[in-house]
Parts: sequence; C-alpha cells; structure tokens
Amino acid sequence: MGRYVIRRLLQMIPVFFGATLLIFLMVNVMGDPIAGLCGDKACDPATATRLKQEFGLDKPVWQQYATYMGNVFTGDFGTAFNGQKVTELMSTAFPVTIRLTIIAILFEIVIGITLGVVTGLRRGRPIDTAVLILTLVVIAIPTFVTGLVLQLVLGVEWQWIKPSVPPDAPFDKLLIPGLVLASVSLAYVTRLTRTSIAENSRADYVRTAVAKGLPRHRVITRHLLRNSLIPVVTFIGTDVGALMGGAIVTERIFNIHGVGFQLYQGILRQSTQTVVGFVTVLVLVFLVANLVVDLLYAVLDPRIRYA
Amino acid sequence: MPEPDFDEGAAISATGAGGVGQGAIAPTGTGAAMDLAISEGATLERTPGGPEGTGPAGKPRSLWGDAWRDLRRNPVFIVSGLIILFLVVISLWPSLIASGNPLKCDLSKAQLGSRPGHPFGYDGQGCDVYTRTVYGARTSVTVGVCTTLGVALFGSVLGGLAGFFGGGWDALLSRITDIFFGIPVVLGGLVFLSVVTSTTVWPVIGFMVLLGWPQIARIARGSVITAKQNDYVQAARALGATNSRMLLRHIAPNAVAPVIVVATIALGTYISLEATLSYLGVGLKPPSVSWGIDISAASQYIRNAPHMLLWPAGALAVTVLAFIMLGDAVRDALDPKLR
Repeated sequence: MGRYVIRRLLQMIPVFFGATLLIFLMVNVMGDPIAGLCGDKACDPATATRLKQEFGLDKPVWQQYATYMGNVFTGDFGTAFNGQKVTELMSTAFPVTIRLTIIAILFEIVIGITLGVVTGLRRGRPIDTAVLILTLVVIAIPTFVTGLVLQLVLGVEWQWIKPSVPPDAPFDKLLIPGLVLASVSLAYVTRLTRTSIAENSRADYVRTAVAKGLPRHRVITRHLLRNSLIPVVTFIGTDVGALMGGAIVTERIFNIHGVGFQLYQGILRQSTQTVVGFVTVLVLVFLVANLVVDLLYAVLDPRIRYA
Repeated sequence: MPEPDFDEGAAISATGAGGVGQGAIAPTGTGAAMDLAISEGATLERTPGGPEGTGPAGKPRSLWGDAWRDLRRNPVFIVSGLIILFLVVISLWPSLIASGNPLKCDLSKAQLGSRPGHPFGYDGQGCDVYTRTVYGARTSVTVGVCTTLGVALFGSVLGGLAGFFGGGWDALLSRITDIFFGIPVVLGGLVFLSVVTSTTVWPVIGFMVLLGWPQIARIARGSVITAKQNDYVQAARALGATNSRMLLRHIAPNAVAPVIVVATIALGTYISLEATLSYLGVGLKPPSVSWGIDISAASQYIRNAPHMLLWPAGALAVTVLAFIMLGDAVRDALDPKLR
C-alpha cells in the first residue's frame, strides 16, 4: 500500500507539471500577458518593453515557467490586474465553490443512488424506462440551458428563489445552482448505479443470501449495495474535480462569486496571473481527488491489493 | 468461448492508466460532458468484440451482421437515425425548409413573438428565430462530425499502436493522456480559445480534438490489448504475418467496436460542448450562426422574450439526444453481454 501511494504520487508529478505547463504556454505564448495592464487601451511600445522587463517576460519561456512554479510553491501566486493578490481572490472564491460542489455531490449521492437502486432492481419495468429516458434527456440538455430555464421558471416566473445568488452565497441560496451543477453527473450516477445493481443482482453471493433466507432489505443493503457502489463511489470521487472546474457555467448563470466567476473575470481582463493560478490549483485538486479515489478502491473492495 | 476477458480488462487498467480506478470505470478529466462515453465504453472494453462466441448454433453470423439485425428492430435506433438524417439534410441544404436569410434582421421587430410566416418569432436583433435555428444545425453538425472524425482518427491510431507495441511508447502515451485528462475541459476551452480571434469553426474543432483524443486513445488501447491476445492473432503471427497485416486484418476489425460506440456518444457531447463554449463567449463568434451564440444572446432577454432562448435550446437538446441515443443503441447491439 505504502509503495503504491508513493508510486502514484511520483506519477502525479509529471502530470501536474505537464498540465500546468500547457496552460502556462497557452496564456503566455499565444496570449499577451501585459495586454490587461494598461486598462482597455493597448500599451504604448515603451511602456510595454518596460513592463516586460519588470515582469521578466523578456526571458525564455522555460525560465518564466520555472520562476512561476518556484513562486507558487512558496505560496506566491502573483497579483491580479487590479493589484489584488491572487491568493486573496482564492480565499474568497474557493469557499463558495466548495460549498456549491458539496451541495452538488450530496444531490448526486442522495438522488442519483436512490434512483439507480430503484431502477436497477426493477429492470425493464415502466419506472425503469421512465427514469432512463429522463436521464438521457438530462444528459442531452447542456448545463447552461438547464440553468437558464430553471432560473427563468423558478426565479422569475414562480419566484421561489432569487435569480442571482448574493456574494456571501450561503448554503440555502446555493441549492438550485447546486442541482443544476449536479444535473448531468446525477444522470450518470443513476445510470451507473442501475447497471451495477442489475449486473450484481444476478451474482452468486446474492442468490446465496436470498437462499439462506435473509430479508430483502438486508440482502440489498448489506450484500448488493456494498459491491455495487464501488464504481459509483469512484465516479463521484473523480467528479469532484470536474465539478469544480465545470462550475464556471453555473456560476456565470446565477452570478455566484466563486472560482468560475474569478476565472471568467481573469480571462476577460486578460489577467494571466489569476487564470494560471486558479487553473493550477484546480488541476491539483483534480489529481488529488483521483488519487484518493484509487486508494478508496482498496478500502471498498478487499479483493484489490496494491503491490 | 475464449477465456473471459474480464480479468484482462482489470489488469490493463491497473498497469496502464496508473491505477485500478482509472481505466476500468472511472471517467476522468475531460469534464462531465465526455464521461458517459467513457463509462459506457468501459463495458465494451472488456468484451471480446470478436465474431466468435456470439453466433447461435446454426449458421454463425458476424458481430456486425448480428448488430445490424438488432439495430433494424430497435425503435430507439430508428427514431434517432431519422432525426440525424433530417439534421444532416437540413445542414446540407438549409434552404429546403427555411427560405429566409439568417443574417437579414430588422431591428423594428426585435423580440417580437410568433407571427404568421415566422413561427418562432424574432430575436433581440430582429432576426427570424426559425431561420437561425435551421441554419444553426449546419454549424453544430459540422463541429460534431469533424471533431469526432479527428478524435477517432488520432485517438485510435495512437492508442492502437501503443496497445499493440506496448513498452516505452505505451508508458509515454499513458502519461500524455493523463496530462490531458488533468485539464478540466471547459476551463481549458476558455483559456485556449480566448486568445483566438478567428471567427471560423476550425479553432473550436482543433481545440476539441486536442482535448478529446486521449479519451478514444485509452479505449482503443485497451481494446487492442484485449484483441491481440486472441488465439487467431497468435496463429497469424505463427504463420509469419507482418505487424501491419496483423493490425489491419486481424486486430483492427475486432477492436473497433468500442471506439465506434464511444465516438458516437461523444459526438453528441461535442455538439453540447461547442454550444457551452459559445455561450461563454469563446467558442464560435458572430457572424457564425450557432445555437450556442443565439442562446447566449437570448439569455440576456430571458425575462421578456423566453421564446428566443427556448427554440435554439430545444433544437440543441434534440440533436444531442439523438446522437446519444444512437450511440446507446449501437452499444446495446454490439455488446454481447446484454444478449
């Protein structure tokens, strides 16, 4: 186990640097890192040269990347276009997005797994078909359409919720945005649980459990669910990273001042420090989530041993 | 029956994708949009995919013959196939059902509702929503088809070669796919495409191919590794077949099924992704006519004129749904486990 963790951590290193380098190159080589520093006008050549010298942009790209990474590891993510520290932006943005992600994950677990178990045990019945069609429809409608329509119906027509979320974004105001963010993953969780339950319900150990006279609910919770939920837990775990990255759309619709909002502002204002900083952290979250999921695997399924 | 490939699949993901978690079921990385395809493909990855063992006792049929027979009777396939056929026809000849010009707008009619001759009403610029919705199909279908072709070509060639030859190249490819999976797809799109100024569809397609190919490469790799262990491949090798002959004649036909399924489902998600990127303002740009652009523009007037949003959004949803259903039907037909 220990050796496996070390091997995985070592494998994460090139992935982390590769992904951040790609983003860094895209922003710094294809874009113009100082374009955002002169307001809405273009910088005049003299100022541009001076700024480039000041920020070390006249040095080769690999050196810039090395410097940047060195700073990141000492906790310095640079400053945004308005002079605010990027770490400051992060400390206000990440709690909001984390709250949103937690709500989304809870929706996935509660609704997704329940629907999956119900349909998996009744394969081929009307409720199964209905839920399957529903999940397909949810998957087919892009998140931003779901979000806009829910905002229109619940927020504007029926006025159940406020169409936009206040800046402090407490949990209760994030319920509908969380549902929107979760919607597509929710449908996957349902389908995955359904397939897994349907496959395992024909397994020998389930037949044995039924044959020895265990009550139905015990067979389902103790025997069937425990084995069927392994792929689902894996999916939800890897989804954490995807949700935090994908929250940008939901946050834009409901005007939530989280990570997506800051990133979007960073891109609009061409603030390279903000963009690269936030993306670096998100990549890291994503990689760690994947690692945790791989380790959880052994906990959930004792048959799996890591060499 | 050949030895069940179930163990094989697990072994592949354990060694290759950097952990038991990743290859087998875990859809990682490229955002929720592409996850379905991976998870659906994973079930196929383990299946032999070969013609043997699927035919009944009488005359043995090939996997493809069997699949086609199943598909013809599947109502889901027929419905989604007809929708896709319709979409392809109107994206080739939009003037068949829409006589107007999508770029001809009259500001005095902005945001008006349904009128005779203009069933979907007008948008914020006074353009006819019906005409724009019809013309938008071309963009979406072009983006979807081109991206899928590019992704399938790159992914299956690179993944297939890595799976066949193994060794250092395989390890390298696995690490490279890991890197691409580490970039959240919408974020990557925002960063990459925000610096592009071109108004054509090609940067968007290029970006989606860039981030999409690792997904197919992984599927193709696993599928080739499974196929190359079959006895008939060993027999071909023993008979002195060259690598290219083994790959093209024996392995490719038996390994291509999962790639086709994943690519079909992914096509729908690419269309959805293009619309999402256009909504965020970095995908296609006017004067391109795209559902994503129209939805984005309409979202500002959603309180006053929701029809401007609902028609293109509905068209988008139906299109994505049709491709996902088609992929689902093809998977059911190709997956012998469900028989």
